[in-house]
Amino acid sequence: MNGLVVALRSRTSMHGTLELLREYAIVVCVLALFVTLTLTSDVFLTEVNMKNVLEAVSTYGIVACALTLLLIAGEFDLSVGATFILTGIIAAKLQPDIGTWPALAVGVAAATGVGVFNGIAVAYFRVNSFIATLATSLMVVGLGTKITDGFQLYIEDPSFAVLGNEGVFGVKYAIWILAAFALVAGFVLARTKAGRWIYATGGNPEAARLSGINTRAVKVAAFAFSGFAAGVAGAVLISRTSTAIAGNGIDVVFIAFAAVVVGGTSVLGGRGAVWRTVLGLLFLEFIRNGFNLLEVDPYYQDIIRGGIILVAVAIDSLSRRV
Amino acid sequence: MTGDVTAGGSSSTAAGTTGLRVDLRHISKRYGGAHALEDVSVSVAPGEIHALVGENGAGKSTLGKIVAGAVAPDEGEIVLDGRTAGFRSPRDAIREGIALIHQELALAPAMSVLDNVFLGVEPGRHGLVGRGGERRLFRDIATRIGFEQNPAVRVETLRTADQQKVEILRALVRDARLIVMDEPTAALTREEAARLLEITRDLRAQGVTIIYVSHILQDVLALCDTVTVLKDGRHVKTVPVQTETADTLVTAMLGRSLDLVFPTPTPPPADAPVVLSVRNLSLPPAFEGVSFDVRAGEIVGLAGLVGSGRTEIARAVFGADAASGVVEVDGRRLRRRTPRAGIRRGIALLPESRKDEGLVMIRPVNENVTMAHLGVVTRTGVLRRRRERGVVDRVMKSVDARAASQTMPVSALSGGNQQKVAIAKWLVKTPRVLLADEPTRGIDVGAKMAIYELIHELAAQGLGVLLISSELEEVIGLSHRVLVVRGGRIEAEFAGGSVDEETVMRAAFDSASADVAAGGSAA
Repeated sequence: MNGLVVALRSRTSMHGTLELLREYAIVVCVLALFVTLTLTSDVFLTEVNMKNVLEAVSTYGIVACALTLLLIAGEFDLSVGATFILTGIIAAKLQPDIGTWPALAVGVAAATGVGVFNGIAVAYFRVNSFIATLATSLMVVGLGTKITDGFQLYIEDPSFAVLGNEGVFGVKYAIWILAAFALVAGFVLARTKAGRWIYATGGNPEAARLSGINTRAVKVAAFAFSGFAAGVAGAVLISRTSTAIAGNGIDVVFIAFAAVVVGGTSVLGGRGAVWRTVLGLLFLEFIRNGFNLLEVDPYYQDIIRGGIILVAVAIDSLSRRV
Repeated sequence: MTGDVTAGGSSSTAAGTTGLRVDLRHISKRYGGAHALEDVSVSVAPGEIHALVGENGAGKSTLGKIVAGAVAPDEGEIVLDGRTAGFRSPRDAIREGIALIHQELALAPAMSVLDNVFLGVEPGRHGLVGRGGERRLFRDIATRIGFEQNPAVRVETLRTADQQKVEILRALVRDARLIVMDEPTAALTREEAARLLEITRDLRAQGVTIIYVSHILQDVLALCDTVTVLKDGRHVKTVPVQTETADTLVTAMLGRSLDLVFPTPTPPPADAPVVLSVRNLSLPPAFEGVSFDVRAGEIVGLAGLVGSGRTEIARAVFGADAASGVVEVDGRRLRRRTPRAGIRRGIALLPESRKDEGLVMIRPVNENVTMAHLGVVTRTGVLRRRRERGVVDRVMKSVDARAASQTMPVSALSGGNQQKVAIAKWLVKTPRVLLADEPTRGIDVGAKMAIYELIHELAAQGLGVLLISSELEEVIGLSHRVLVVRGGRIEAEFAGGSVDEETVMRAAFDSASADVAAGGSAA
């Protein structure tokens, strides 16, 4: 709050206004939406609905937390969607032979491997991260289709459904995992040496390198974490549905990315925070949830969400122009 | 000199421009709580070169940008030829015939010279670019300012000095009647700067009004007709240049007299050990077979032209670029050659460009200061925030850097304070060797003095300092020894202080063009 006061006092220009918008718009928006929905709907602020909201954002949220670190490090990962799906396919394929938990673990390990692969391509072979991850995305989708032969995999073993459908203390595991990701990623970013490396690498790679930071290693690690998170989210989803079909998971990429940028993390690297992404997730989900409760046509939701992303990115780039 | 194909519609011939008269009335501008400018009124006569001088943060750049429409004033008015101008963007200013030439160039690097010059004002009807017309007009104006490069080459392949000329061409094509130059010589070598001054004089002869923002007082005295001194955002005086000397200007800028520019160098003791030893360092084609020693407490200057290999040598010593050869610190050879390994052994590099290589501008002061020594402020990878605050506070004080808060972005600081932060960053752990590449580029007199004193203090503490600078008087005045780099080799060595600039200049050029050297240093 101290920061807010300083910011309010010291910013007067047009650029300052944009800067302030970028900094705190998400807080105001989430609060406003929360209050509006609480007042207009009887169902919104109930335990059941709140748990639904959190469960709905859990898989996207896990990916979004990791994507936040990657964006701050100055890179992007389009392959998280395909990796997310591949994890489920691998787990479903292996489960009958090696059992539920080993199958899920192999799936997550494979996802992490995809992340490392992306990181090496970007950091050591200097491939632009959009192109690199678009290419791996295609490879991963191809691999998934090959494994399933284009068919649907279905797992009947009830142990397979535990991770996605059960919980502890009345809260689903998925929500606990999301909370863990948000806390760990947030802590690493804000309070550790590794967090400083990430900010510096994204903010000015050359200055970071000349300060003794191994920027390539930072990027590979950020990509690996992104792959790992996609894997964990994919494991949760496959366990929830028990059904695996090959696909590119583009909605995961879209919503996770949307949550990160709507929260106010810069697409240009070097600026952002995990709490922002959490608010971004809630904001997008409150809109969807609220529209459902208020019975707004779902088609409008996509139009509005797309528009919100454009506005968020525009504020980010305008506030950077000095 | 045909002026038939002009961009804006009005006709301009070589000597036919009428300079703009500018009256700034009661201009005020605040950034946050601080006044960048407070009730400043200045009149600029048509066709004169009017200098704006002052310390960093005095408001000279801000005032220049206000005239050029790049910054909007909070209060006051800008009167052009007697009409009140209300421009809200540089585009409006361009329409009035005003052009701004920045310290940081604003060209499209991947486009050709010709396309850059005509960008946005392509002649020809219905938006169709008339190539022939462009070329003719380009030739005319290029001759006017002595631009000799091929207009078809991409701008990014040109040297800074030529890129700057492209900016000037751009201004001329737009029929500029007033050109605001903001620190135009900051990134130029001495001889390039001398050439730019000539071009500026020619522009005046052609009737263009020029507002010249600079911290280089010799240039101001040699070039300008009128000078306005600003201090802390206020107008101090506007006077004809003939009545001034560097000393009177400095007194007006600082409010105190600077009779001694360089602190007297205390020579290192005769038995001072060698802290940095470089043997046969090579990275062709940048430099080859470079060997030298720096002793504890010694300041060794590395002089040479831009492109001679000075910067590359410093970077290679630090470990930023891979070079063959031996680098020893305190008699122990460095095996792994990375910045990380160099830092661990006590080498600090203050890079040539603080914005591109030294600092992460969008990140806060504290993060920048501790960036290279995070081990000091972390325990098992976790930040100790109170300890960090203390460390940052200490080193910021030791370099006398001023920031309203440790958590404000470095980009919000003045150039001098940014440079001090870039130095402070290397004092979290006292280094053995400081490689300072252009430590005072683009900062004002007061901050320069502070940095000179700081470099001396560090040397007195027993550091070895390698100092690179394009300002010869700086290298000579600060260093105990001066090495001259030419064509990637160390070609001469002089004792600092005693050697004169012309001798160093001759060594920096090859013997065949020694006359050019003398001419360049005389300009």
